[in-house]
Parts: sequence; structure tokens; C-alpha cells
Amino acid sequence: MSLLIIGSQTLTKIVLNKSFINLMRSFLFAVLFGATTWAQNSNNSYIIDAEFIHIGTGELLSNGRILVNKGIIQAVGAQYEIKAPAGAVRLEAQVVTPGFIDAHTVVGLAGYLNDPGSDQDQLDRSNAIQPELRALDAYNPEEPLVAHLRNHGVTTIQTGHAPGAIVSGQSLIIKTNAQRAEQALVHESMLTFSLGGVISGAFSKPGTRAKAMAMIRQKLHKAEEYAHKRAAGTLSSTDLGMEALADLLNGQTQALVSVHKAQDILTALRLQKEFNFPMVLDGVAEIYLVLDEVKESGIPVVIHPTMMRATGEAVNVSMETAALLAKEGIPFAFQSGHENYVPKTRVILFEAGVAVNNGLSSRLAVQHLSLYAAQLLGIDQRVGSLEVGKDADLVLFNGDPFEYTTTVDLVMIDGQLMK
Amino acid sequence: MKNRFFVFLLCIPILTWSSLLSAQEKPIAFIGATIYPIEEPFIENGVLIIQDGVITAVGDSRTRIPRGAVINDVTDKVILPGLVDTHSHIGGGDGGDRSSAMHPDVRVMDSFNPLSPSIKKALAGGITAANVMPGSGLLMSGQTIYVKLRVTSDVQEMLMCVDKENEVCGGLKMANGTNPIGSGNSPGTRAKSAALVRSLFIEAQDYQQKIIAAQNDATKIPSRNLRLETLVEVLEGKRTVHHHTHRHDDVLTAIRLADEFGYDMVLQHVSEAYKVAENIAASGYPSSIITLDSFGGKMEAKDFSNKNGAVLEAAGAAVGLHTDDYITDSRLFLRSAALAVREGMSREGALKAITLANAKMMRVDDRIGSFKKGKDADIVILSGDPFSVYTHVEQTWIEGQKVWDRANPEDKKVATGGYGVFRLNTHTHTHEGGQ
Repeated sequence: MSLLIIGSQTLTKIVLNKSFINLMRSFLFAVLFGATTWAQNSNNSYIIDAEFIHIGTGELLSNGRILVNKGIIQAVGAQYEIKAPAGAVRLEAQVVTPGFIDAHTVVGLAGYLNDPGSDQDQLDRSNAIQPELRALDAYNPEEPLVAHLRNHGVTTIQTGHAPGAIVSGQSLIIKTNAQRAEQALVHESMLTFSLGGVISGAFSKPGTRAKAMAMIRQKLHKAEEYAHKRAAGTLSSTDLGMEALADLLNGQTQALVSVHKAQDILTALRLQKEFNFPMVLDGVAEIYLVLDEVKESGIPVVIHPTMMRATGEAVNVSMETAALLAKEGIPFAFQSGHENYVPKTRVILFEAGVAVNNGLSSRLAVQHLSLYAAQLLGIDQRVGSLEVGKDADLVLFNGDPFEYTTTVDLVMIDGQLMK
Repeated sequence: MKNRFFVFLLCIPILTWSSLLSAQEKPIAFIGATIYPIEEPFIENGVLIIQDGVITAVGDSRTRIPRGAVINDVTDKVILPGLVDTHSHIGGGDGGDRSSAMHPDVRVMDSFNPLSPSIKKALAGGITAANVMPGSGLLMSGQTIYVKLRVTSDVQEMLMCVDKENEVCGGLKMANGTNPIGSGNSPGTRAKSAALVRSLFIEAQDYQQKIIAAQNDATKIPSRNLRLETLVEVLEGKRTVHHHTHRHDDVLTAIRLADEFGYDMVLQHVSEAYKVAENIAASGYPSSIITLDSFGGKMEAKDFSNKNGAVLEAAGAAVGLHTDDYITDSRLFLRSAALAVREGMSREGALKAITLANAKMMRVDDRIGSFKKGKDADIVILSGDPFSVYTHVEQTWIEGQKVWDRANPEDKKVATGGYGVFRLNTHTHTHEGGQ
């Protein structure tokens, strides 16, 4: 691996040892003593050459080149096709992929200390239905777990409130280089729902599944009325929770419904049919039992972490589900999910790796980590693939991205080197 | 009548001979695989021969295969010794309660369920032996057990004893740092934790002295005290302390206490090992560490690093890996080792860290942990490189018996999960007699 600055007057070449430690040492040196200004300035041009480039669309380019300028992908193609502009910084890698998109996490609301007094803002237990809670008002971009995900190739996350309430709040979609929550790509992305036994563990009301459904159905009927009045301009006051639910019923936002047991998946589908709102299923440990119903509904899925522990509602979880969904053509994305203890977060690169071990092809796995996730979140105009005009979010690997012993050399977000 | 009796007499030696024959199993020869004996460099196209539950030969393709051996062609596969896990909670056992901070008398053996599906899960991950421990919420949560994951419903048939005469078949779980603080009224601080432990060991030393002074005089021997008896075993070096510890200063506290009382100790978890690796190496105590998908989850794990394996190895400290199942999944134990390699540990060191290093920490390395003539025939057959994401555990053998086989659909389900696989008490062992 080598790092080159192609200049009109000087050509500096720093040849790095293959050994990882030396590589990092040299890279740190380069960053500290020469590259600081490039990292800060996204106006720099980069030429990225790799043995293999996963475009994200399923296409795999060998001996490919990517040209990045002003944070945007300017060209993608064979190395001989694309001329390196003067002053461009040249990077080399074995494999390049699009930046990965974690379709559901709680990092930034949940922190690594797991200290309820200071960094656990992922679930408020004062009420089981609180659509008015915004992740925007709780997201901490400085949370070390965000950097941890970024160092493993995750450049965009949908983060928000944890499963455990019927409606726990509104998620946001943000890049992992953001310094402020307001930089989110989508401020109010999805309303996070959960159904099943998990709710009664956190709240005294509802105490049963049937009660939870009665509560949310009543609330949605109210929101229908609210939406009508809002449209007619006859509202006497603003109700924040109703605003969020009305937006959902109008199709301006989506519901991300966390659910694991087969019966609860069908309950979610029933609720969606009754109120006809845009929905994404989340978790779905037992989806293989109700595959036809989910397939027929056309509803996409944010699949549980492959290595999710087989306990509680997810006791019947299978590591083969990702491969099964791919085979059945059910659109899905990966998630790091929500962890209560050690480790405090999972990493979608690793979750996809274990899915690859269990039957998903590595090429498809990259696609589900990138473009399919962007499509599911509605941000594929900007991110998700290495195509001209899209944000320069990409990951440089020193080998097969999913091999346990391969490491991430560099992460670029908006044309800035982050690692 | 006479004739018949004569015929019967004639038959006796034949019957005896044939029963002898059936007692001796046919040797099994695994041929064609890449074999990692652990104490020797790996052997391509190797031969491994087992008979009557033990290894009889390991070598290259020229190794003589005994006549009548069952040939098991495993060309292109990889064979490792059965994996050893130094810190596991499979079997659903528990330890002491909140009535006290210290329970050296409590045995995880008395709550371990050999039929728990979690044991099958370990076999699916290639684990054949484990140190099963009570939890870490107390200064001393109880006695651990070293188990061979034989298919049985009686925990006693699984025990691997360090000291058969005194029935020492495990260690003692201890913990410091935040986990044992606040689980009851006391301890409330780290300093109090250490003071409580020291006081109890001093009490045990007195008890030990009284026993020695009594010189087998029944009238002078103190009445049996289960708590102190166990600690005397620790003081006499018969029972190893497995010390849960995370923060660098807690690690040094654990070392200080072990030095003071002179007991054998394995440092467990050691999340901040990389900060005090030189001290750990100088102390001589081995570390049993974990690899994780992220740091954090509790205060003490905020500075956790997967580099611990590489750093301890470089410092020259003995290092092993564990699952802490359910913290990490027993089925992914090889992945745990691969993550250590990812962060700079040598391949050889990482393989040792899931086999021989751990057998040594449990002091059962005379029986398990490497391929050597006479050691138990505990083997794992892999589809490929031990550290590759594309590799599967294909078969797990214990003492010459195949106990898990991915080709068997019921067994495969354990590896992948699925409906009803891990529902407690409904999962039966498929290799049990007649089933």
C-alpha cells in the first residue's frame, strides 16, 4: 500500500510497510506532519486505485479508479480511463466499498459508559407512546461509539430511540462525521415502534399485547382526526405527538416497527393495513415463519443483527435469515441494533460477515450494506453507491472486507479522510 | 450332557477373546487434512490416528496407519485439538447469593444442567472443554468446574479433576472492581473489597494452621468449615483462583493479593491489560481475555481493546481467550481468536490461546490442549482456515466419539439457530443412547 501526492512540481511517495502496525504508524505520521490540511479540506482531489471496487449496485470493478473532488465522486472506471488531475492525492487499496449504512442503531443516544445518569438517552419510560421525542434533541456526535462504527466503515447511521416502547420517538439519519445533530441528512426520519412482550417489560401499561394494540389503535384514530383538522386549519392548539403521528398517516414519515415473534409480525402488518402508513419491519427474528405474508406486503426489512443473542423474544433467531431474505427477494438492510451491556454496540460489517458465513454472497452483502440500505432509508440520491455525483463516502480495505483478519485502512466521508 | 459341558468350556476362551476385541475400538485414521498439533508446526496432508479415546499418532503423510483402521478422508479440511474455553457460563449454573459477598463454599456444580442447549452450542463452536463459572457480582461467587463436554445427563461424568484425591475439579471465582460493589451492603468500595478478601484468607490461614497443629488428632481438628476448607485448597495451591478484573489498577490489586497469599491465579477478562502488560508479564500470572465487537457497556469496559492479545503476547505474558458465553457466543469462539489476530496477535499465539494455553490455566494440559500421543482424542474438523469468515466447524469429537456433526440437520440447526432450537428443556441430545 502506498500513499502518493501527485503534484506538478513535487512527487512525494511514502511507501508503507505491509505490516499493520507500521502502516498505522506511518499513516499517523503522514496525517500529523503533512496531511492535516487535506483531512480538514474537502476541496482536495483524490485518486483512489483498488484491485476491486464494489460499486454498491452489485457491480464489481477490477483494477478500478475513483476520482473525488470537492467531496463528490467525479469519475469511476478503469485505471487507464481516468486521468489523475494535478495535485490529486493518490490512495491505494485492495478493496474499496461504498461507506456502509447502519439502518438502525441507538449510538449517540446510547453511550459507551452505559451510565443511566449521563449517557443513556435511548428510552424514556414515562409513557409507552411518545412520538414527540426527537433523536435530534438527544444525539451526541462526540459519542465514542459513533467513531467506533466509523472506524469499521460505517459512514451513515439511522439512529434514535431503542425498542421497548410502543412508540419511542423519531429517529434521524446522520453521517458519522457530523459534528452537530443539525447536520443530519434527515432530521425526522422514522417513528420507532415496537410490539410484543418487550413493552410490558418496560411499562406497567400496557401489560399485555392486546392492550398495547388497543392503545396504539386509539391513538392513531385520534391522529386521523387531528390530521383532518390540521388540513382544514381548524386546530385550536398544537399537539407534538399528534403532529408526528399525523405526519406518519400522511406518508411524510415512516414507521420502523421492531418486532420478533411471528404473531407480532402479523400484528404489525395488520396495523399497517388498517391505517395504511408507510412501514419498515425491524428485527423480525421469526420472519422465516411468515415469509409469504411479509413478501406479499412488499414491506422492507431492517434485519436483526446476525449474531443477536437467542434469548427472550428473539430466542428463535437464525443466522441464515439474511441469506433467506436475499433469496426470496425481500428488500433488507443491516443494523447494529441495541445492546444493553457488553459489547455496547454491534458493527454491521461484522454482522454482514457472519451472514456471509451463513449463505449470503459477499457481493450481495456489500449491496445490502450500501445501496439497498440507502434505498430503504430514502437517501440513495446522495449516498449508497460509488456513482458519479454522489457523496464521496467510501471505505478502503487491505483485503476481503468480510475476512475477520482484514482491516479498514481508511474511511472517507464527504471527501475527507476520517481514519 | 458331558459333551455339551465340554463345548461350553471350549467356548469360554473364545467368548473372552471376542469381548476383549469389542472393548478395543478400531483405530480411526484422519488423513489428508492440515493438522495443527499446537506444540509443533502445522502439518499439511497430515495423519491423525486415534484409538480408545486417545491419540495414538500424529504426523505427516508417511505416518504408518495401523491395519484395520477406519479411514476418515478429510482432504482439504483443517484439524485442531478440541477448543478449551477458560471462562464460560454454559449449563445455566449459578453461584452465591446476596447473603454475603464471599461464598467459597458454593459450587456451580450443584446448579449446572448438562442437558442445557447451551452445551450443544459450545460443541457447535468446536469447544470440547470449559471452565464453567458462577457470576462476577460477588467478591467470591463460588467454585468453578472444569468440564469435558461429554454427552451425559450427570455433571459428575463431565468433570476434569486437577486433584482426584481431594476431588478438586475446578477453581474459585473471585472478582474485584465495580461488579461486586453494591451487590449487598458491603463492600461499598474497592479498598473495602480487598480488605474483606484479605481478612477471609487470613482466617483460612489460621484454620489451616489449626489443622496442621492437630496432627490428625480427632479431638484437636477444628470442625469442618466449608468456606475455609475451600480457601485452604487455594492456599495449598490445589485450587486456582479465576479472578475477574477489568481496570488496570484492579488488575494490579488482584496480583498483589495473589502474591500476598501465594495462590495460583488466572486473571480473567483484563480489559485494560494493554496498560499494564509489562506488570502482568512480570507477575507470571496468565491472562484469560475476551475479544468483543465494541468497547463499553459498563464503566470498566470503556477502555477495553481487542489489542490485549497482541500486547500481552509481545510482553511475553501467557494469554488465553474465552467466550464468557453468553457475552460472546460459544459458536463463534474461533471468530474471537480471529479478532485477536486482526489486532496483531500471531496466528500461532491465537491458536494456542484457544487450546493449550487454556488447558494449562486449568492444569489439565496433561490430557487436552494439543495433539500428542496419549492425550484425549478431542478434535475439531474445520472446512478451512481457522481464522476465515468462510470457515465452518464441521465435526466435533470428544474422546474418540463424534459428538457434533454439521452434516446432521439437527446438529446444523444448533450452529445456525432457528425455531425451537434453544428453547430450554425441550432440546434433547441427538447422540444419547437410542435417540
